[in-house]
Amino acid sequence: MNRSALARIPGLPALFGFGCLVVSILAFEILIRAGVINRFIVPMPSQIAASFERVIIEEHLLERFVLTFKECFYAAILITLVGVSLGALLHRVDLLRRATETWVAAAASAPTVLMYPLFLVIFGRSSTTIIMMAFVAGLPPVILKTIEGLSGTRRVLINVGRSFNLTQSQMFWKILFPAAMPTIFVGLKLGLIFTLINVVGVEFLINFGGLGQLINDLAERYDLPGTYAAICFVILVSVVFFVVIERIERWLRPAD
Amino acid sequence: MSVASMATTHTAKTSAQDSAGLLVLDDLSKRFPTPEGTVVAVDHVSLSVKQGEFFSVIGPSGCGKSTLFNVIGGLISEYEGNVTVAGERITGPHPSVGMVFQEESTFPWRTVIENVSFPLEIEGMPKAKRYEKARHFIHMVGLDGFENRYPSELSGGMRQRVSLARTLASEPKILLMDEPFAALDEQTRLLLGDKVLQIQEELKQTTMLITHNITEAVQLSDRIMVMTYRPGKVKRVVDINLPRPRTSEIVGSDAFGHYVAQIWTDLREEASRGLTEDEGRRVTRATR
Ligand SMILES: Nc1ncnc2c1ncn2[C@@H]1O[C@H](COP(=O)(O)OP(=O)(O)O)[C@@H](O)[C@H]1O
Ligand SMILES: [Mg+2]
Repeated sequence: MNRSALARIPGLPALFGFGCLVVSILAFEILIRAGVINRFIVPMPSQIAASFERVIIEEHLLERFVLTFKECFYAAILITLVGVSLGALLHRVDLLRRATETWVAAAASAPTVLMYPLFLVIFGRSSTTIIMMAFVAGLPPVILKTIEGLSGTRRVLINVGRSFNLTQSQMFWKILFPAAMPTIFVGLKLGLIFTLINVVGVEFLINFGGLGQLINDLAERYDLPGTYAAICFVILVSVVFFVVIERIERWLRPAD
Repeated sequence: MSVASMATTHTAKTSAQDSAGLLVLDDLSKRFPTPEGTVVAVDHVSLSVKQGEFFSVIGPSGCGKSTLFNVIGGLISEYEGNVTVAGERITGPHPSVGMVFQEESTFPWRTVIENVSFPLEIEGMPKAKRYEKARHFIHMVGLDGFENRYPSELSGGMRQRVSLARTLASEPKILLMDEPFAALDEQTRLLLGDKVLQIQEELKQTTMLITHNITEAVQLSDRIMVMTYRPGKVKRVVDINLPRPRTSEIVGSDAFGHYVAQIWTDLREEASRGLTEDEGRRVTRATR
C-alpha cells in the first residue's frame, strides 16, 4: 500500500493527528518530570489538567468563554459582510480599486493592534472596542481575496452569461460571486485568524472581559497551570470557528 | 416590445428570410488595432445561412474564426458591414443566437441539471418546469443518469455535451459553436458528431459550426465555408451532398473521401501559409 492510499483510509489522518498530540503531551510530561524542562516555566500537562476544574469554577470560565466567543462571532460576521461588500465594490469601480488596493494590502500587514488607545477613546473599555479592533485586523484579507476571486472569474464563464443576456445583478450573483467563492473563503479563513488573535490579544491588553483577561490575571498571579488551562480554551474557540467555517464552505460548495 | 408586435414582425419577415437566410453576413470586416499595426481578422465576409441548415466554417488557426463567432454572437459589438439574424442587426448578444464555446464553459458549482436549466432559470421559469425541460435536453445529449453530478466528476467530452445541452435549452434559432470538440480525442469527437447529427435530425436546428477539423466539417455539414489565413476571407464555399440521416460510418465512403480531399487542397495552402508566417514572425522576434 502506498502513502496516498494510507491517507485515504477514513478516520486515519484524524487519528494520526490526535495520536501526535497525545504523544507530545506525554513527551512534555516526561521531560518535565525528568527535569529537562524547567517546571516553573512550563507546567506539567497533568497539572494543567488538574487545574481545569478550579479554573472553570472559580474563574467563571464558561461565562468568559461565551463572552470571547460572542466577540469573535460578531467580528467574524462584520469582516464577512463588510469585507465581501467592499471587495465587490472595489472590483466594480476600477478607479477606487486602483486608488486603494495598495493601501488595503499595506493595512493587511500593519500591526493594527497598536491602535488600541484610539479605539479605547472612541468606544471605551468595552466589548465594542474588542470587536472593532478584531474587525479592523481581519478585514483586509477578506477585501483583497474577494477582489482577487471576482476578477479571476474565467472570461468564458462571463461570456456564457453575456450570451444569455444576463443583467448586471444576475451576472454578479449567478456567475461572478459563485466563481469567486473558493477564493473568498481563503480570505475569510485568513481574516478569521487575525480576528481571533486580536479578540484575545485586546482582551489581554485592555484587561477586559473574556479569556484574554483571564490569562492576564492568572499569569500575573503566577498560576501557570491555570494560565495554560485558559489557553486551551482559547484554542477551543478557534477550533470551533474553523470547524464551523469549513462546514459552511462544504455546504455552500458541494462540488469539491 | 409587446408579444403581439413581436409576432407580427416575425411573420412579416419569414417570407423574406426564406430567400435571404436566417443569418446573413453582408460584407463583414473586423479589424483589431494592435501596437504592431492593425490586424484584419475578418475581411469582407458575406454569407447566408438558411433556416435548418448546418453550415460550417473551416480555416487554419488564427484565421479569424473565433472573431467571426464573437461578432455573430454579439460579444464584439463593433464591426464593419452588416450581420443580421431574422432581419435584425446584431449589436449585442441576441436571444435567437445560442453559443457553445471552445473552452470548457460549464459552471463548476452547478450540477449537470442546474447547468442545463441555467438559461431557463434566467428566464424565470419555475424550478419543476425548468428541470423537466432540462431533463429532455440532457437526454438528447445522452447524459441521462448524470443529472446530479458536478462537472468535475465528468470527462471532457461529457462537459462539452453539458454546455451544448445548456445552450440548446435556451432554444436558440441559431446554434453557434466554436470548435466545441477541439480538445477531445478523435474517437470521442466522431461519436459526439453522431450525437450532433441525431440532434440535428430531431430539432432541425439551424447551426453554424466553427472548426479546423475537415472530417468533422464534412461529417456534419450541408455547406462548408473555407477561410483564408490573414486576412480572413472566404476562399470557397462547398456544398456537401451526402445523404441524410448520416452517422460517423459515412467517414469511410468514397464520396466522403472526395470532399475531404477537395477541402484539404484549399486548406493546405492556407495552413502552410499560416505556418510559414508564424515561423517568420518567430524568427524576426528572436533576432530582434
Ligand atoms: N482582441 C483582439 N485584439 C487583437 N487581435 C486579435 C484579437 N482577437 C483576435 N485577434 C487576432 O485576430 C486573428 C484571428 O484570431 P481568431 O479569430 O481567434 O482566430 P481563430 O479562431 O481562427 O484561431 C489572430 O491573428 C489574432 O491574433
Ligand atoms: Mg478560435
